[in-house]
Amino acid sequence: MKQSRIRINENNIIIVATLLLFVLLYGYGSISFTGFFSMQVFLNLFIDNAYLIIVATGMAFVIITGGIDLSVASFVAFVSMLAASLLQHGVHAYLVILMILVMGILFGAGQGYLIYRFQLHPWIVTLAGMFFARGLCYLINTESIEITDNTFIVLSDLKVYVVGENYLSLGAAISLVFVAIAMYISKYTRFGRNVYAIGGNVNSAKLMGLPVNKTTILVYTLSGFSSALGGFVFTIYMQSGYALHVMGMEMDAIAACVIGGILLTGGVGYLIGPTLGVLSMGIIQTIIMFQGTLSSWWTKIAIGFLLFLFILLQRLIVIKRGKRKVQSLSEPSILPEKAGQHATIS
Amino acid sequence: MRQAITNFMQAKIFWPLVALVLLLLINFIIIPGFFHITVKNGHLFGSLIDILNRVIPLLVIAIGMTLVIAMEGIDISVGSVLAITAAAAAALIDTTSVPIAIVLALVIGLICGLWNGILVAYFEIQPMIATLILMTVGRGIAQLITGGQILTINNEAYGYVGKGFLLGLPFAIYIGAAVFVITLLLKKKTALGLFLESIGSNMASSKFAGVQPKKIILIVYMISGICAAIAGILVSSNVSSADANNAGLWIELDAILAVVIGGTSMRGGRFYLGGTVIGALFIQTLSTTIYSMGIKPEITMVIKAIVVISVCLMQSEEFRKLVKQTPLKKKVSEA
Repeated sequence: MKQSRIRINENNIIIVATLLLFVLLYGYGSISFTGFFSMQVFLNLFIDNAYLIIVATGMAFVIITGGIDLSVASFVAFVSMLAASLLQHGVHAYLVILMILVMGILFGAGQGYLIYRFQLHPWIVTLAGMFFARGLCYLINTESIEITDNTFIVLSDLKVYVVGENYLSLGAAISLVFVAIAMYISKYTRFGRNVYAIGGNVNSAKLMGLPVNKTTILVYTLSGFSSALGGFVFTIYMQSGYALHVMGMEMDAIAACVIGGILLTGGVGYLIGPTLGVLSMGIIQTIIMFQGTLSSWWTKIAIGFLLFLFILLQRLIVIKRGKRKVQSLSEPSILPEKAGQHATIS
Repeated sequence: MRQAITNFMQAKIFWPLVALVLLLLINFIIIPGFFHITVKNGHLFGSLIDILNRVIPLLVIAIGMTLVIAMEGIDISVGSVLAITAAAAAALIDTTSVPIAIVLALVIGLICGLWNGILVAYFEIQPMIATLILMTVGRGIAQLITGGQILTINNEAYGYVGKGFLLGLPFAIYIGAAVFVITLLLKKKTALGLFLESIGSNMASSKFAGVQPKKIILIVYMISGICAAIAGILVSSNVSSADANNAGLWIELDAILAVVIGGTSMRGGRFYLGGTVIGALFIQTLSTTIYSMGIKPEITMVIKAIVVISVCLMQSEEFRKLVKQTPLKKKVSEA
């Protein structure tokens, strides 16, 4: 019993640290700037970063299996471009949304198939996917396309009232639902358990008879779907399609996962983490915006510094784990299988 | 003779070389005068020279990247380091002399490499994550140096580095060749090459064999940083300006591609500097071909993606097995 208590702390510590950081930053902002401590400022964090929350959550699944997906940002841009272009040609809005989501699934499944079937490095495959999607954007149009479709405008103006006058946009609401579903999948479904098992150790997952190939492909499919959904949310937020949208956003998504406690070695992490990571990054941006005199590049430097701190924290945890493993070798009764470990945590 | 041919066919450099030759052949057939080289004002001009000249920043970075990948690392911060050094050189050139500015830029590249190396070697952070930090922060630092603007450089001596000609050839080609030769000598004539391959194959056993992986890792990241700095100087000198946002954007990805196309595995171990050169040349030739064939330049990225996947598939054991098996299976079923 005592053992499991220690494990809970170890696994929670990054989430707790991120939460603490968020509260501290929010507290600092509230004290320093008038008008910062309001419900709407808080909700705006969700509205402005809804697409990033969705994409980072999808990415988290891939990272937990020990892979990576670099194609997400390009695909978001591609989705915005495709939607804008199709709407311009008079295709029905709901048909467009359906097409986008199906394409995301196919794109992700294709990448997953290449990675698993031919044992290619996920870096290379998703890098090619990134070039491919960005290239397709340019093929559709090099200029920015504005969206004038009625349905999309209605969707973007849709407000979900939370408390009194304070509201969430449709995109933000979708992102919250998506995160909730992702958390459920990761904890209570067979697929979720497989993902953690593969990230812990691919070989033992194979020996245990888990469907490694199916899960690998599914994970990339999920990431493809989430970037398509994120792209849709982004499109109704921006009301335009442009090939240069969200340049380098894949790194933001990875950074959000790191700050949210998803271990990049795979096998460890909570699906609420990326959301907290995105919110922390968002609040830094908000503070710099409220501050007014600092230039925008300080955001990058601050986020980089934050990334550094959290990576060090992750490193400390892994070192601690390694030490415990050595100890437990002498007591075989508490030799935890990595996958089993997580089953007990949740 | 047959043995030699099969040996050559099995060499890692074979497929990239075939791809490059094929690409050049396509150029030869489709674009008239592609191989034509003229002499103007004592300088050589032509598509081939142009490719050689333009490939140098990518080539220099890819050579540094080869060493990093050989020991199972990766350095995705090179693009940002390029931007930092370009910005630093541009900012320094107004106040100091050209040699001092160049040396300081190189030192900055070295420090960036040192930072990456310390994180990877002593904090034992995964290479991709460790360099991710500098990749994110780097562009911010570069913007800090330039003040968010594009700095222009009006210095003829500095411009010579990226635009000048020596003995009829662009000066940058000599720099690229020098970097290649020095790295090749480091690989062949010192123990560094051996150490790198041993660390890339098995870190633990090379530690037991008496190699000091930490030191080597540090040195290699520093080399990669210097390579990025050289590329930064070349790029800023060539376009006479330093753009913190767009200088060297995505060059890390191109460099990784060049290394992988060249036959060095992302999983470390054996590395092929010659292959990297071919890989870099292949990428640059591809871009130039697309431009000169009159295809919309927007399509470059799509073609690049398809080519990359095809080359990687060709190198994949699984795919080769699949291709080899299919006719065999048919024979069996026919029998």
